[in-house]
Amino acid sequence: MPQTSDTPAVLYIDLHLIHEVTSPQAFSVLRERGLRLRRPDLTLATMDHSTPTLTEQVFGGAPITIESAAKQVRQLEINCAEFGVELLDLASDKRGIVHVIGPELGATQPGKTIVCGDSHTSTHGAFGALAFGIGTTEVGHVFATQCLLQSKPKTLAVTVDGRLAPGVTAKDIVLAIIGQIGVAGGTGHVIEFRGEAIRALSMDERMTICNMSIEAGARAGMIAPDETTYAYLKGRPFAPQGEAWERAVADWKTLPGDPGAVFDREVKLDASTLEPMITWGTHPGMVTGITGTVPAASDDPVFERALSYMGFEAGQKLAGSRVDVVFVGSCTNSRLTDLRAAAAVLKGRKIARGVQMLVVPGSQQIKKAAEAEGLDQIFKAAGAEWRESGCSMCLGMNGDTVEKGRYAVSTSNRNFEGRQGVGARTLLASPLTAAASAVRGSITDPRELL
Amino acid sequence: MSAAPKGFEAVTSRTVVLPRTDIDTDQIIPARFLRTTTREGLGQQLFADWRYLADGSPNPDFVLNRPEAAGCRILVGGRNFGCGSSREHAPWALVDFGIQAVVSTEFADIFRANSLKNGLVPVIVDQATHAWLLANPGVEITVDLKTASVILPDGRSAPFPIDPFARYCLMQGVDQLGYLLSKNDEITAWEQRRAARGY
Repeated sequence: MPQTSDTPAVLYIDLHLIHEVTSPQAFSVLRERGLRLRRPDLTLATMDHSTPTLTEQVFGGAPITIESAAKQVRQLEINCAEFGVELLDLASDKRGIVHVIGPELGATQPGKTIVCGDSHTSTHGAFGALAFGIGTTEVGHVFATQCLLQSKPKTLAVTVDGRLAPGVTAKDIVLAIIGQIGVAGGTGHVIEFRGEAIRALSMDERMTICNMSIEAGARAGMIAPDETTYAYLKGRPFAPQGEAWERAVADWKTLPGDPGAVFDREVKLDASTLEPMITWGTHPGMVTGITGTVPAASDDPVFERALSYMGFEAGQKLAGSRVDVVFVGSCTNSRLTDLRAAAAVLKGRKIARGVQMLVVPGSQQIKKAAEAEGLDQIFKAAGAEWRESGCSMCLGMNGDTVEKGRYAVSTSNRNFEGRQGVGARTLLASPLTAAASAVRGSITDPRELL
Repeated sequence: MSAAPKGFEAVTSRTVVLPRTDIDTDQIIPARFLRTTTREGLGQQLFADWRYLADGSPNPDFVLNRPEAAGCRILVGGRNFGCGSSREHAPWALVDFGIQAVVSTEFADIFRANSLKNGLVPVIVDQATHAWLLANPGVEITVDLKTASVILPDGRSAPFPIDPFARYCLMQGVDQLGYLLSKNDEITAWEQRRAARGY
């Protein structure tokens, strides 16, 4: 139902993903008001944020050490059973980070409206879906009506042309975009990422780009579907099969915008000029090339505070600076190609003495696939810890945290103060840069180790 | 989280000022406090890492701990307030603490949508008004929903944009879920068309 001058549009939701942290209060609303969950068949639940990554806690040999986390997990089991929602529970071999499993199962499809009580729902836009994060009240709205009240967003085209140089990845593209437009540069907008460099990316890489749209403040990020998209989805369990597949693809081919489409704003970037990127401050827009320095000065009012929190000097060179922890994981960079990239750097090498490195696959299926290729052996031989899937150290809800004052090179999405633990200092980078920095124990340009 | 919060037409209060820009929801309420299954009592953890020292005692330098902040219901923040995570725990924590309006020049989209559903008014003012409010902490101002404007101590007023439906819901204490439920017939009709697609 379209927007009017007095009322917002009513938008039907094709896929509602839920997890243990932002859903319990919404289930309570259904109970309090005696409402049913309208479309359990369009709702899919997993547990990822507060779940342990240690094998014995995941598979029941030992209890979940954090009681409040165990309670959230139990509550989701109770809620899904009562309202008939399919739950990929702790022991399920299909469980994983909500934004990893939706695409992996083929539930994420072009043209769908997809929501989840999680800001990184923008990830699913990589398939040409309109996907965005919502709050818990809205989770309740979707439970009860399968709809949301929405106003029409503005549009922003981000065109990335040129070819990436070796050692430069999708993560570096999106960090460069955020550096260029700023952390509020996309507020009120949906971004369409397009251009030669975007078309050349795999689905894993496109997901990394759309995932971080929210870090530029955008309501959603999208990439038009193409043959890469269809090839990824074909045959996945939730994807249409047989004749329905043909009908779906025919519809999906009508989705890309017209060549002359007009956007409210346009931004351009040349991928061939990029180097690996790394953040130096306390939001993702505080970012520079790996051979660069912390700015000598900035008009950002939180510049001084960010430097003091990070323990950096203005104008300081970043490469060679100390690293204590390395995290490869999160909905941004925990897919099989990310793990392969990190493993390619670590193969035949050891992580530096005193560095802790955690590798947390995005899903149990990715974990299994990585083990079939022997990636786990490479990580373990290098001295890294190989864990069960989940959000883990991206936000430290499950107890996987970085200690105060320590420097973590992380493949995740947010370097806010305290994000990975109270007083933790986060440097966002690609899996290649993270692995190279683990080997040297200092911020390292991965091109030196390739 | 039952019915909508009580409706109100205006809030008048002294301001408490947090001038920092890009205040993200991890600062408003850190992730370790999200391991809860209810929405009550989160005000205690509002700005926890800024508000409390390592030993758990209040940080006397933090503005919300100063005596003059007691009872303030309007928070003035730097630009791009509420960026980051979609956690509704952020507005829940602010409301539980007693805040009814946040004033800035810009809000993150999800935080703004969440606030409007919890009786918390996100007030977007022009640069000059914002600069004046940042420079004059503790002044008494009114956030008036009837006229969609902020009234300053000298009687000047600055308009703020607010979606008419959201404003109506805030003023009347109307629950948006009730409105959506009233659209049941249209939703059912759409579901039938959607099913006919065949995939």
